Amino acid sequence: MNQPSTAKHPTPAIPRIVIEPARGWKPLELHDLWRYRELFFFLIWRDVKVRYKQTALGVVWAVLQPLGNMLIFAVLFGRLARLPSDGIPYPLFAFAGLLPWTFFANALGSAAGSLVGSTHLITKVYFPRMIIPTAAVLAGLVDLLISLLVMGGLMAWYGVRPGGSIALLPVLLLLTIVVALGVGMWLAALHVKYRDVRYVIPFLTQFWMFATPVIYPASLVPEQFRLFYFLNPLSGLIEAWRVVLLGGVNGGRLNWEALGSAAIVAVLLLVYAAYDFRRMERHFADLV
Amino acid sequence: MDESLTTAPFAIRPFAIRVEGVSKRYQLGGRVESNPTLRDRVVELARQLRRGGRRTEPELLWALAGVDFEIKPGEVVGIIGRNGAGKSTLLKVLSRITAPTAGRIEILGRVGSLLEVGTGFHPELSGRENIFLNGSILGMTRREISRKFDEIVAFAELERFIDTPVKRYSSGMYIRLAFAVAAHLEPEILLIDEVLAVGDAAFQKKCLGKMGEISRHGRTILFVSHNTAAMLNLCQRGILIERGRVAADGPIEPVIQQYLRGLRVATPWDLRQCREREGRGRVRFTRVSFEDEQGQPVEQGVSGRPLVIALDYEAEDGQPLPNCRASVAFYDGLGQTLFNCSSELVIRDPLDLPPRGTLRCLIPQLPLSQNHYVLTLFLEVNREVEDWILNGIELDVVDGDFYGTGRLYPDGWRGKGVLVPHQWSISGQD
Repeated sequence: MNQPSTAKHPTPAIPRIVIEPARGWKPLELHDLWRYRELFFFLIWRDVKVRYKQTALGVVWAVLQPLGNMLIFAVLFGRLARLPSDGIPYPLFAFAGLLPWTFFANALGSAAGSLVGSTHLITKVYFPRMIIPTAAVLAGLVDLLISLLVMGGLMAWYGVRPGGSIALLPVLLLLTIVVALGVGMWLAALHVKYRDVRYVIPFLTQFWMFATPVIYPASLVPEQFRLFYFLNPLSGLIEAWRVVLLGGVNGGRLNWEALGSAAIVAVLLLVYAAYDFRRMERHFADLV
Repeated sequence: MDESLTTAPFAIRPFAIRVEGVSKRYQLGGRVESNPTLRDRVVELARQLRRGGRRTEPELLWALAGVDFEIKPGEVVGIIGRNGAGKSTLLKVLSRITAPTAGRIEILGRVGSLLEVGTGFHPELSGRENIFLNGSILGMTRREISRKFDEIVAFAELERFIDTPVKRYSSGMYIRLAFAVAAHLEPEILLIDEVLAVGDAAFQKKCLGKMGEISRHGRTILFVSHNTAAMLNLCQRGILIERGRVAADGPIEPVIQQYLRGLRVATPWDLRQCREREGRGRVRFTRVSFEDEQGQPVEQGVSGRPLVIALDYEAEDGQPLPNCRASVAFYDGLGQTLFNCSSELVIRDPLDLPPRGTLRCLIPQLPLSQNHYVLTLFLEVNREVEDWILNGIELDVVDGDFYGTGRLYPDGWRGKGVLVPHQWSISGQD
């Protein structure tokens, strides 16, 4: 058996792990997440690859979902119900809202079930569990990018060009991810403990969509309710997405207060969800 | 659980793993066991209100009840114990998969845990893709995996199939690939849980060889297994876990002996109560007894004399059993394999059995010298393992006239190996 050599060379520092039962809140330990960053990519890559290998439609599905929804809503709300759309052609209006919304709704759904769906990993290997719902959320980015291409096509069709505010798109994307992650992580942890959370998700998503200006403009909401309305971080966000994508067509300008409050709520949500997740994490392997 | 991942300025590590008073408790029948729905919680709360606020005490199970030991860097330690003794729970706690209820663990060094082979394998992905995925899950960096990729594929002997989706692999190929990845983990401390009981004999040998190689590099290994022979080979030290506590801790041989003694079936012949068994269980051995060649029951075997092992069995559903294979394997007191009497070796045609009956295995000249031996009983029906009682039956053998000369095995050889009929002759040198 080899003895490690001492004396001449400075010995590399040795990782030290202390395991104790802990009570209550635990530190986030983001450095641990950073150490496992490659695993993130592998899990996302796995999800994306498997999805496209398995489905015949594959790539087409990424486009079909928002496009299909848009068509239905365009007929239903645009033509028949004649919802106002801030002067923008309704299909374009709806698609611009559906684009980030579809990402969010799918991310929420995947994240919520991600822990329970990874039982085999959680009970056999150690890695920071936060990676699982995070990878589930980020895996939806591929679909989002494809939808953006379709959006580009639609905009070309309608002859609409984005303005300078398009530079804000990455920020909006980041904020949307933050909200999806916050809610998704919280639901994922809850789902481990209570299995019927799974049935609540579709209702939650449906209700939330109607509480967000996806298929109708926020201007439809009466003044006295605006404050409550914009407590929903997605309200400010989705409106901003629309303005940024469609280049402020017809005088739509960015609602900075709404966006600002959305950002604050989003971050608070994520921070709370992350700490709550860490607190629950030690029980996952026993409950899942 | 609280983990601080820091670096310690030790020149030589004082220890690799230190476990102090570690306990792990599970609640049975209470909230934690069955996954309640929100609806259940509401109903339960309503019930509690009606009962006047008294909660029913959930039953507690202490999977670990105060475990203490310390492992020095470079030690190879075998952890043994019966099913349910707490070995796997201990490994889970050490691997940070589940948190201890009490106690403290300190580990110096990078840890790699192998609680299962093929963790995270996805059937749709190719072998190559799964190597990267699995390697990453086990804690290897992408660069490390690329560097060892060819070695891994060669170890698994899957060069030709590496780009086919894993769902097309046979179970043997799957296991070889999974183990090949795991075998190339290079942490300072390796925790392995019973994963060597896979694959065919040739592959197992390879895996053991690899484990041996790892230990020779000075890594610390904690090895949980039922395979006492492998443990004897690899480990210098053994820890016996019984009912969540350390029952023995010391050099591997005495610890294994203590374990095997503890396994002996309490009522030697009635197997109905025996819990230490594997297999599907639709057919079970109910009784084992020993007889001489006239069918008279005997208590012990005699060297050189005929011995019959009579196995009563019963099928749960009362159906006849097609294509069966029964075997009785003999081990010495240290768990080393001696020989195996297996029905398909001597019965040419497929063996079909009635749902209940007695199988008798006749060994015309028992080739064992005086000592205690241990038997493993095995029954397979239509290629499915139905009952497998490992090291559960004890047989005492007394000296007899094996060679017909009245001479017996010398003292130092008693109990070791088997007696083999042989002859000696010389040719004249003129």
